[in-house]
Amino acid sequence: MKPRIGVASFPGSNDDRDALRAIRFMGAEPVSIWHADRDLNGADGVILPGGFSYGDYLRTGAIARFAPAMAAVREFAEEGRPVLGICNGFQILCEAGLLPGALVRNQGLAFVCRRIHIRAEDSSGNFTKFSAGEVLQIPVKHGEGRFVAPPNVLGRLDDGGRIAFRYCAPDGRLDHRFNPNGSSGDIAGIWNERGNVLGLMPHPEHAVDPDLGPTGGQQVLQWLLTAARHLARASAITAV
Amino acid sequence: MKHRFEVLVSLKAGLLDPQGKTVQDALPTLGWDNVSEVRVGKHIELVVEAEDEASARAQVEDMAGRFLSNPVIEDFRILAMEETS
Amino acid sequence: MTSAEPDGAKVASVHRMLGLTDQEYDEVTGKLGREPNPTELAMFAAMWSEHCSYKSSRIHLRTLPTEGPQVLVGPGQDAGAVDLGDGMACVFKIESHSHPSAIEPFQGAATGVGGIVRDVLSMGARPVALLDPLRFGPLDGPTNRYLFGGVVAGIGGYGNSIGVPTVGGEVKFAPCHGPNPTVNVMCVGFARADRLLFSPGGRAGSVMVLIGASTGRDGIGGVSVLASRTLEEDAHRSRPSVQIGDPFAENVLIELCLELGDRRLLRGLQDLGGAGLTCAVSESTARAGLGADIDLDEVPLREPGMEPFEILTSESQERMLAIVDPENVVEVERICRKWGLSARLVAKLRGGGQLFVRHEGRLVARVPARALAEEAPVYERPMRRPAWLDRLREDDLVRAPLAIPVEDAFLAVLGSPGVASMRWVYEQYDSMVQGQTVLGPASGLSDAAVIRVDGTIKAVAISTDGNGRFGFLDPYLAGAHAVAESARNVAVVGARPLAVTNCLNFGNPERPEVMWAFSEAVRGMGDACRALGTPVTGGNVSFYNESGDSAVYPTPVVGMVGLIDDYRLLTRNGFTTSGLAVYLLGRTLPELGAGEFAEVVLGKVSGRPPVLDLEAEHRLHELLYECARQDLLASAHDCSDGGLAVALAESAMAGGVGVTVSLPDEGHPAHVALFSESASRAVVAARPGREDVLEQLAALGGVPLARVGVTGGSRIRFEGLFEVSLSDAVVVYEGAIPRLMGSRQLAG
Repeated sequence: MKPRIGVASFPGSNDDRDALRAIRFMGAEPVSIWHADRDLNGADGVILPGGFSYGDYLRTGAIARFAPAMAAVREFAEEGRPVLGICNGFQILCEAGLLPGALVRNQGLAFVCRRIHIRAEDSSGNFTKFSAGEVLQIPVKHGEGRFVAPPNVLGRLDDGGRIAFRYCAPDGRLDHRFNPNGSSGDIAGIWNERGNVLGLMPHPEHAVDPDLGPTGGQQVLQWLLTAARHLARASAITAV
Repeated sequence: MKHRFEVLVSLKAGLLDPQGKTVQDALPTLGWDNVSEVRVGKHIELVVEAEDEASARAQVEDMAGRFLSNPVIEDFRILAMEETS
Repeated sequence: MTSAEPDGAKVASVHRMLGLTDQEYDEVTGKLGREPNPTELAMFAAMWSEHCSYKSSRIHLRTLPTEGPQVLVGPGQDAGAVDLGDGMACVFKIESHSHPSAIEPFQGAATGVGGIVRDVLSMGARPVALLDPLRFGPLDGPTNRYLFGGVVAGIGGYGNSIGVPTVGGEVKFAPCHGPNPTVNVMCVGFARADRLLFSPGGRAGSVMVLIGASTGRDGIGGVSVLASRTLEEDAHRSRPSVQIGDPFAENVLIELCLELGDRRLLRGLQDLGGAGLTCAVSESTARAGLGADIDLDEVPLREPGMEPFEILTSESQERMLAIVDPENVVEVERICRKWGLSARLVAKLRGGGQLFVRHEGRLVARVPARALAEEAPVYERPMRRPAWLDRLREDDLVRAPLAIPVEDAFLAVLGSPGVASMRWVYEQYDSMVQGQTVLGPASGLSDAAVIRVDGTIKAVAISTDGNGRFGFLDPYLAGAHAVAESARNVAVVGARPLAVTNCLNFGNPERPEVMWAFSEAVRGMGDACRALGTPVTGGNVSFYNESGDSAVYPTPVVGMVGLIDDYRLLTRNGFTTSGLAVYLLGRTLPELGAGEFAEVVLGKVSGRPPVLDLEAEHRLHELLYECARQDLLASAHDCSDGGLAVALAESAMAGGVGVTVSLPDEGHPAHVALFSESASRAVVAARPGREDVLEQLAALGGVPLARVGVTGGSRIRFEGLFEVSLSDAVVVYEGAIPRLMGSRQLAG
């Protein structure tokens, strides 16, 4: 059974089409979710894609979080169903309070588009397909990707195994020089408490096609597909 | 009645402000070496239609806290400006 | 009609302030059969400005070849288009936005991107790639660093936000560009060939719907004040003429216009750029051979109390004019509402050839459309070859003694801003969005960008090239080399060069030396386009790039597009395996004139640019295409700035594997062989076991071939001369620009 993965489109989203293509490439069924709609088009899993929703005006993700579709996404997440926020999507999840912390301007003040490496951390996300220490090569392209949070929040993330990925050297070593934006603790992605919402700055949808470059994104999308398939089956069983 | 306000949004103290730092580092090259604690923020002007200033201000506080600023990383101040009409 | 007949003396000074000469004013009067009122005068001043009318360049541009079986749309439309086969078309054009960028680099560059993207969009194509050839003053100057940083940030800020990848370009530095930075932007788009939108477009009864942003006072007089005049010392007073871009509005506008096109609701689509509404309406009306009724009250305004001439010439960004059948207007309005953009019916096409402009119930202008759009004067300006040129060209650089060790010269050239890595620039650009970039900056150095055509195995290769030093010393050769080099860059990745767009950056055309250089560059460009079979589909002329008595080098820039039949067979340019035979294709002559080595090491901009044998160049491209088809090459790299030494070093750094090189002794000092910038050459590495086939093909194809070395190890070794470790070369090559811009060189 092919899972249905919904990709939200806000005015200004750019990588929504790339996410749809990547989903199809991975063998799942992609569906579009228009920002003004109040339902998720029968999706089993949801992607909030990268881009510049509302031009990044006011703050990145600040306006998109109030879109009608986001109410449905919140409900979906509260039911324990899988949500992946990529770059601008991660920013929207933080603004919406579905993930803690915030993404602010890169430390170097410039946009960075670069193939980097991230390391999967020891984490407790549901249906994780990542083994701790696994290194994925995947691109980043953002101007506001520096993850920050109050110290107590960072502590809770660390203690709770909710840091999903950190920027690292190609061999997996942690080294600030390989952090493209200066994020706290070299954090590249985090889980929510329940482990069904994943936010990350790197772009897995741009790392699935071997003709275009490294394919580290396949594992990230595979988490979403597996979680979507599993939970879709589960809710089909529990549905009356 | 129309009430004009200015909302000043700034990064919370303690957060690294690379823009502020860059501006501060540039000032001496322009001849000012007596400047410190530079922070760069945002300034939002708006006009609110309400019965009186207090009610207008309360609404702006609400807007500022929930939307115009992100409480995780930003603080805000509200200044009332001269009434428009 | 309010036939205000202003007093003659007052009007005379007004027209001069708007940039019209007395003779031009008389011509306007002749065409109207009466004196123009101020509104009409403003319309003519904008449309007859150099930027909009090409009045100084038209007679020269007419000599360029513009036809070929691959050309679907030639010059005269918003952009050109070539046939990619299988029903697909590639739309492309290059434009300049240098004057606004000199005043406000971020917004000037950003709005330049916006404008060229809308030109491609107005042909019905989805913009898929951007490239930016840029020129600045040397980076030891703080103002030049400010302009460089601002322009790059502006291109990235706008291009990234609208979701079009910036995949190529180049940056060069010269003192003449200090006061006159050059900012050119090329946009490429794809469309189904049978869905291209171009003239005549509308017919009598069609209506014109203004879509997008509201109209303010942006750029009022920008066209005639800025682009048709040289910059004065107090250029900050021109600031009101620079526009602010809104990339979010443009992002939405792109999706909206493509949806309107997909639903077949458009007869035509026109961008509002220079001269705003006047240009969009008069051009599309004139092309249809009709007239129009224009109602300025329907134009949504951003500011109160705007006068008719302001509404007509405003250059507010992110606006398009849709030409639509009346029965489709309701649907067009519905779709615009869905995307959150305004749509207002501002004009109707009608018979006759006049534009009737109404405002607040009064007729405020009545002007023949053709007079505005097509009948600007055409000038044959005086030309004169500069007297100082011959002496400079006679400089014999080959015999000039080299006072430093060759190794030091090599490192100096490798680390010079004209050669060094531009990673500092291209990492600020999203080169991946839309998911079709097969070869681009993320893979490191590439000769051409390669963009897949979605749904096929085809790809388009794109390169921009232009050499100002060549232009200074031999503008004819500069024009020819720009075409040859861009074709070579496209051929080296395995593509067949198809056609070009050109951006001609020059000084004041009223100076005979500048006009001479312009006509020579166009002549050279034309000869090369004919010899290489790559017609010109359109482009842009940027004059008046000078201030005081400092003019830019004559800088003809060419954007070339080529077709790769199967993108999986493209050729990259790095040495990635050891033990491969390395060859130099083409002939090396002792040519240091106008080159990087001469400027960086000898401190001279003199001598003659390398000769160009267009037949030899063509044979090289054919060979490269055949080699790609037969998958004979592990790598191929163009040999240009900095010569063979740089090409070999770049291939080694790109692939991470060193090379040992043995140069044949041809009786010249070693540095001549290393740094000569002879044309029509490429450095290639053969796939193991394919060396014989390569050698045979080269012989059959009439391309000189010399085996110069073998890949391997971690050093770049010129036998008998010097060697440098790959890591040391990388530090020099990657570190040059970050060091000058005061940034850390980043790891990884």
